[in-house]
Amino acid sequence: MTSNLLFNIAWTHVTSRVRQTLVGMAGVAMGVGFTIMMAGLMQGSQIDFLHQLVDTMPHVTVQDERRAAPSQPAEQAYGAVQVSDVANLNNRPGIKNPETVMASLRSWLPGDVAPSARTTAIIDHGGGRIGVTLVGIDPRLEVKVSKLASQMREGQVGDLARAPNAIIIGEALAEKLGLKAGNTVSVIGGQGNEVTASVVGLFRSGLKRIDEGQIYSLMSFAQLMMGQSGVVNELRIRLNDPLGAQRIATQVEAQTGYKSVSWQEANADLLSTFSVRDFIVLTVMGAMLLTSSFATYNIISTITHEKRQDIAIMKSLGMREYAVRRIFIIEAAIIGAVGIIAGWLLGYALCYGWSKITIYNMLTGAKVPLQIYYSPMHYIVAGGVSLVCCTGAAFFPARKATRVHPVEIIRGAS
Amino acid sequence: MSDIALQAVGLVKRIEGAVSHTLVNGIDISVGKGEFVAITGPSGSGKSSLLYLLGLLDAPSEGEVIICGQPTSKLSESERADVRLTRCGFVFQFHFLLPEFTALDNVLLPMRAAGKMSEKDMAERGLELLASLGLKDHATKRPNQLSGGQRQRVAIARALSNRPEIIVADEPTGALDTASTEQVFGILRDIADSGRTVIVVTHDPALAARADRRVHIVDGKIADPARGPAPAPEQTAPAGA
Repeated sequence: MTSNLLFNIAWTHVTSRVRQTLVGMAGVAMGVGFTIMMAGLMQGSQIDFLHQLVDTMPHVTVQDERRAAPSQPAEQAYGAVQVSDVANLNNRPGIKNPETVMASLRSWLPGDVAPSARTTAIIDHGGGRIGVTLVGIDPRLEVKVSKLASQMREGQVGDLARAPNAIIIGEALAEKLGLKAGNTVSVIGGQGNEVTASVVGLFRSGLKRIDEGQIYSLMSFAQLMMGQSGVVNELRIRLNDPLGAQRIATQVEAQTGYKSVSWQEANADLLSTFSVRDFIVLTVMGAMLLTSSFATYNIISTITHEKRQDIAIMKSLGMREYAVRRIFIIEAAIIGAVGIIAGWLLGYALCYGWSKITIYNMLTGAKVPLQIYYSPMHYIVAGGVSLVCCTGAAFFPARKATRVHPVEIIRGAS
Repeated sequence: MSDIALQAVGLVKRIEGAVSHTLVNGIDISVGKGEFVAITGPSGSGKSSLLYLLGLLDAPSEGEVIICGQPTSKLSESERADVRLTRCGFVFQFHFLLPEFTALDNVLLPMRAAGKMSEKDMAERGLELLASLGLKDHATKRPNQLSGGQRQRVAIARALSNRPEIIVADEPTGALDTASTEQVFGILRDIADSGRTVIVVTHDPALAARADRRVHIVDGKIADPARGPAPAPEQTAPAGA
């Protein structure tokens, strides 16, 4: 049985029913087009959010703590011992020999590392008191491990070194406290010590919890607020490839013994939410493609019903059942293929159109463009799934129609 | 080499159901090569059912159909389709041409399905067949652009396209006017004269009389036409056919 013949018959069927065929193709095109748009939109927003997340925080953070509590001398001496309420007052917090540790890491790390002293503090201004995380940094090294420099809206990171007790605060926090660059505030440390600091810059990371709850100062200022001069309780690592952070964190932890947290681990809950969201989106897109294939099912059902007599005569002439069935599968594939190509164009046009739309963010007051991620994979997957759905949708009516005994039809027609 | 083109032995076709019907009831028949056989009988006598069994369109409940020496009762549906495609040509009361295809494309259909010839050879044979049936100028017309007689002649050309040994025709003139009937029957006669076996079901005793042999069916059995006219259908007809 020549494929040409089957294709020829199939082509004749679909081209002789222009309106029905166009409706079927439009259904497929809609399904594919909107699926591509949805995939681009969802992945675009997700990638944009992850970029913001990754840009805002270190890729790996080495903290001055261990995964498990350190063993007590008594535990080391005896096989079994119960220890409770033990506090080692002589233990100095922070990472031991931070300069040595950093030098060691720099020797192999595909990126850079910077020290910081992280503590909590309260900002007091004009009667308003807000608890914040105070991060003491080295401005020269900080620019290598964070995007703080590019996130500055007023002032520069280097301004921290140009004024005594200088701090950089988030725009959102400044707005809350009614602060501007150049204002002075009171900063109260964990030890109760209160210091007057001057705001030398404002930043905006795009993440509300950072912009409202984190401020930067020189290391010495943060150490002063902690009451621990010279202490470094955090190493911040930025990698050339952020996606390798988990692997690097494991290596760093193995080398230093300190708890090393990758950005993925720090945001595990969020990433897990993304997985759930991805699953939901995939389900919706699959449903869209499946639904669009019902148009093809409808058309093939109609054609097979109308062509019962032709089916009977083709079978009576000696064409095999599977060959006749293939005619209708080919018809669905033709409708699907043309619909998919139209869907690709529609999908691209929708993505382009949506990328021109800006959404007003009421929290930040900024107009944010919709982020679209263009990927050939979206087109391939949407097209492939749609083609499978279309041919699958045609299979059942085609099978039913071709199972009819030709004598029944011929007798009926006579 | 046997001169028998088609043979049926103990052919029975029964429709099972709440009330079972026997359409063909133990028919034995042999048809020689180049023989023109007319099957006649009243409506519902089982003549069309017999024809479908002989042409392998339908499978018998019992018995055997032997086509050119090949028993067919144990063949699969696909194998039966192959036999139909290569050894049998069908002509029905209605032309049953594919409406979206031209006359030539309809004639080429069985050849394309067999896939044994080049497209050029197929086209040549198709045009040759149409020309031999007086349809040379109608090759590119669609069925709805042809008269009833022309359509039926296209259907005959289609039946002949794979050079089958046997032509099976079910009331081929049933829907035609007198002139077309005469023309179509003449063509079938010529086909038989050219050495092919032709089996025709017809209601028309005058046409049947022009066949080499007449087989009269009553109640699914071969009857002796010499016994007189067939009984009225309502008196004899079982269900079916």
